[in-house]
Amino acid sequence: MNPLPITEADVQAYVDAALPEARRSDVESYLATQPEEAGRVRAYLSQKQALRSSFNPILDEPLPANLSALASAPPTVAVDSLHRPLLARWSLQRIAAGFLIALVSGFAGWLAHDRYPPAESLAKAAPPSLSRQAAVAHVVFSPDVRRPVEVSAENEDQLVAWLSKRLGTPVRPPKLGALGYELIGGRLLPGNVGPVAQFMYHDASGQRLTLYVSTENTANQDTAFRFAQEGPVNVFYWIDGKFGYALSAGIDKGKLARIATAVYDQIDHK
Amino acid sequence: MDSSAILAEIPRLRRYARAMLGDRAAADDLVQDTLERAWSRLSQWRAGSDMRAWLFGIMHNLRIDQLRRPKLPTHSIAEDDFDVPTRATQTDELELRDIESALSHLPDEQREVLLLVALEEMSYADIAATLGIPAGTVMSRLSRGRERLRLIMNGEQASARLRVVR
Repeated sequence: MNPLPITEADVQAYVDAALPEARRSDVESYLATQPEEAGRVRAYLSQKQALRSSFNPILDEPLPANLSALASAPPTVAVDSLHRPLLARWSLQRIAAGFLIALVSGFAGWLAHDRYPPAESLAKAAPPSLSRQAAVAHVVFSPDVRRPVEVSAENEDQLVAWLSKRLGTPVRPPKLGALGYELIGGRLLPGNVGPVAQFMYHDASGQRLTLYVSTENTANQDTAFRFAQEGPVNVFYWIDGKFGYALSAGIDKGKLARIATAVYDQIDHK
Repeated sequence: MDSSAILAEIPRLRRYARAMLGDRAAADDLVQDTLERAWSRLSQWRAGSDMRAWLFGIMHNLRIDQLRRPKLPTHSIAEDDFDVPTRATQTDELELRDIESALSHLPDEQREVLLLVALEEMSYADIAATLGIPAGTVMSRLSRGRERLRLIMNGEQASARLRVVR
């Protein structure tokens, strides 16, 4: 007989190989004389094995973009929301987002209506919706501190591959670092007939700008830079082949024009 | 806390959450909430300490918060109703589905300890620290959880009886 009786904790630790060598052999001798206990240990060992076989494949699954994006700090961490229940937080956010989109769309639509009387010659050259849609997308997403983008710049390769695939044509965010703007990331948005892309940048002061890229132009007529003011948002936009580009930010027209030129210079013109 | 260290932990968090909740979308939501809370409480993490244990602790606390809230009616669908063909090979599909189904019949507190031991291979002391419970409680939950799982796996009778008792 063993000087120290084998306890249930010993049996569990034996299953998990967590016993010192001496104690381990004590348990082994004990199990050799107790077939029922030995059967129990075998069952526990096969449980462990079954759990691993069942769930380990999850380790190799590709990460959803929203999770890999969270490997880096969200642009601004909202500390105040932590103590609210998650469900309330979620549903409130969703409802608020719905209202915000409705409000902003309505407001921007009203603005655009006001800015574009039917006789406006610009309306012929470019779809009037491009600058308006871009501005709406800008005001909806750029103030979002927690989830401004779907895929962050940390995963720029994934972002480029994903958006290119969804838009059916290569798209790539221009590099605006020389002008003080760093890429935050991008997202997919619904356009008039299909997906469009939005890239978001910010400068050191947190000022955000967005580049809206649509592949929906069928007019087959390139345009020069156009400028539009949509409420507080200034927009430069232009058509290049099937692409429509719109650069939106709440910064002054001269600065925005310089950035638009830099964007234009980096795009392959076909 | 740097991004690559966090990124390395995400697959483990997902595996554990999936095993705990049994539902992919709910599990990924829990992982997302965990990461967001981790970032917002970064100041509470001591550099050099075990990030994995810290993240699992956060996930555990979030889960406790969720359980305290009234349940949504979305929990009513039995796991057996789903047939996910890619989950396992044909030969051990039955066994795997069995273990997942059996696992879902364990009380949360037992399932939690069982998974931290089996999947995360955490030491008992680390589990006690992560869950904020005494080491003796870890052992008793582990022991009861394993035995219950064994009885459920042993056959429909045990399983049915346990369900009624529960």
